Amino acid sequence: MIDSALTTGDARLDTLALSLNKHFAQYGCALFTAPSEVTLVVPAHHLSHICLTLRDHQDFCFEQLIDLCGVDYAAYGQSEWETTAAATDGFGRAVDRDPVIDNHNSQRFAVVYHLLSLQTNRRLRVRVYADAQQPRVTSVIDIWPVADWFEREAFDLFGILFDGHPDLRRILTDYGFIGHPFRKDFPLSGHVAMRYDPDQRRVIYEPVTIAPRVLVPRVTRDDGRYLTHPNHPAASGDNHA
Amino acid sequence: MPEIRNYTLNFGPQHPAAHGVLRLVLEMDGEVIERADPHIGLLHRGTEKLAEYKPFNQSIGYMDRLDYVSMMCNEHGYVRAIEKLLGIDPPIRAHYIRTLFDEITRVLNHLMWLGAHALDIGAMSVFLYCFREREDLMDCYEAVSGARLHATYYRPGGVHRDLPDQMPQFPERSSQWHSRRDMKKLNRARGGSLLDFIADFSQRFPALIDEYETLLTDNRIWKQRTVGIGVVTPERAKALGFTGPMLRGSGIAWDLRKKQPYAAYDQVQFDIPIGQNGDCYDRYLVRIEEMRQSNRIIQQCVEWLRHHPGPVMIDDHKIAPPTRAKVKEDMEALIHHFKLFTEGYCPPAGEVYAAVEAPKGEFGCYIIADGANKPYRLKVRAPGFPHLAAMNEMAKGHMLADVVAIIGTMDIVFGEIDR
Repeated sequence: MIDSALTTGDARLDTLALSLNKHFAQYGCALFTAPSEVTLVVPAHHLSHICLTLRDHQDFCFEQLIDLCGVDYAAYGQSEWETTAAATDGFGRAVDRDPVIDNHNSQRFAVVYHLLSLQTNRRLRVRVYADAQQPRVTSVIDIWPVADWFEREAFDLFGILFDGHPDLRRILTDYGFIGHPFRKDFPLSGHVAMRYDPDQRRVIYEPVTIAPRVLVPRVTRDDGRYLTHPNHPAASGDNHA
Repeated sequence: MPEIRNYTLNFGPQHPAAHGVLRLVLEMDGEVIERADPHIGLLHRGTEKLAEYKPFNQSIGYMDRLDYVSMMCNEHGYVRAIEKLLGIDPPIRAHYIRTLFDEITRVLNHLMWLGAHALDIGAMSVFLYCFREREDLMDCYEAVSGARLHATYYRPGGVHRDLPDQMPQFPERSSQWHSRRDMKKLNRARGGSLLDFIADFSQRFPALIDEYETLLTDNRIWKQRTVGIGVVTPERAKALGFTGPMLRGSGIAWDLRKKQPYAAYDQVQFDIPIGQNGDCYDRYLVRIEEMRQSNRIIQQCVEWLRHHPGPVMIDDHKIAPPTRAKVKEDMEALIHHFKLFTEGYCPPAGEVYAAVEAPKGEFGCYIIADGANKPYRLKVRAPGFPHLAAMNEMAKGHMLADVVAIIGTMDIVFGEIDR
């Protein structure tokens, strides 16, 4: 499961990567390293007991869950402005605004956990993928109680369901909000706008009237000009291939 | 006799002790809290989503507006994540300037916290004292960046510009509000550079902390309101994801500035205060001592910066803009300037997490980059978020008035919790 070479540049993290390999290779996990970063990709059905081992086993001791967040990979690597042909026939002027969303991708969503061990002073990132149609992940609230609000947030913003969470309510969006605003197919300006209507003498919702516009197009340039030295996070990492 | 039943009390979102827009739904048994359910999100602006639609540098200003009382520390967390992604390291002078301003920010934040917390529990004068000192520190912000609060001073690769050689002064004439003598007094320490002004402040500051302590530390009312309130054991503090003074107040010596040093923190001397009982009073003592330690760091940074001139920004025009003068006369500089401000830079695909010890705890930024000039996903790990999530556990069994003390001790700022 371990990738070809350990590139953390830190002996303690290399040890961590080796013990992760020893404990979890049998579960079909994947391990990626980058300078001062270790990422473990866990199959969804093994999440609970792997997390429990990560918290309690003396090789790991990750007693703190620092952060938990959802990710929507639907538009990963897509840009709004093609520049590859720029050298021969100039830039295209039109901005391609709508990302292509694949609704049958079994790895569209991910939940990313950032763990911290106070005892050994090491960090670990754990990622588990969830499917596009019905994203479900087991809750880790029994392992780290702090996951409570973080999971509510990931549910609110991405619509990821957490099995075993006792109180999965929306947390950041408005009461009665519809949709999951951080998904890539949710527009930046949203669907409804709110204003006070003096005739009805109450606050009403209306469809948004702002036309979306792109000030700076999303451009991808892979000419490698920033890869100045070899121990770079991108030199070897999980690029979500 | 009628049966006494539990009832629900709505606290906020327009309550002065709710520190912004917190709506707390409290289930009460008489005056005792049975269950506290914080409703947050009233200040949700979707900062992380907005950042996905902007080149990396244009989101630095949004970081100021997260935790709007510790602005530069937030910028530091974000900028450090970008630097890690790009694989660049700013010059040493920029590291010292960042350390200096991180500590000025910590003092600013703790002064705001102390004033507001004391005001919530009924001590008015501390608030006025704290704002007196905040004024001087915000003048430092203004001198270096032009803005008193939302500085946007840190940039990937360094800081926007070097410290000014002259501290801005007030005009020495009388006005409707100030006499000439007052104005002269205000200009007393502003004769020299910004570093002279900060040095003068750090000379005066320990005596000023003593002033706050005289008002509070042995104050009987203050102790009655804070000792034994909101006790968190070290085990629970870890499980609940506490960081910063909330964790140290429970007796765990954990500080990223010591444990995972960044900027110039491994070059300066300072101590980490910890509490013993994990109650509101201990967290108060921890933060007071942190201000004293911050003052020590400020003095060391001022000393170093006086004697070590040098660049404050990396010399790579793919990331940092060329100077104005160069843009006027050098074609290549002009192109760099144009490309940087119209398109930005494209870090290589990858993911990073970088954290700093912000005044409230661990402020981290998780960036996923897919090779474009904008972040694919930015997640801000705000320290206040898990702290407020523990509200129910901390407030259960306490009286209604203690809820105010507990909100105060958490150092809640909604800009970062709601994002």
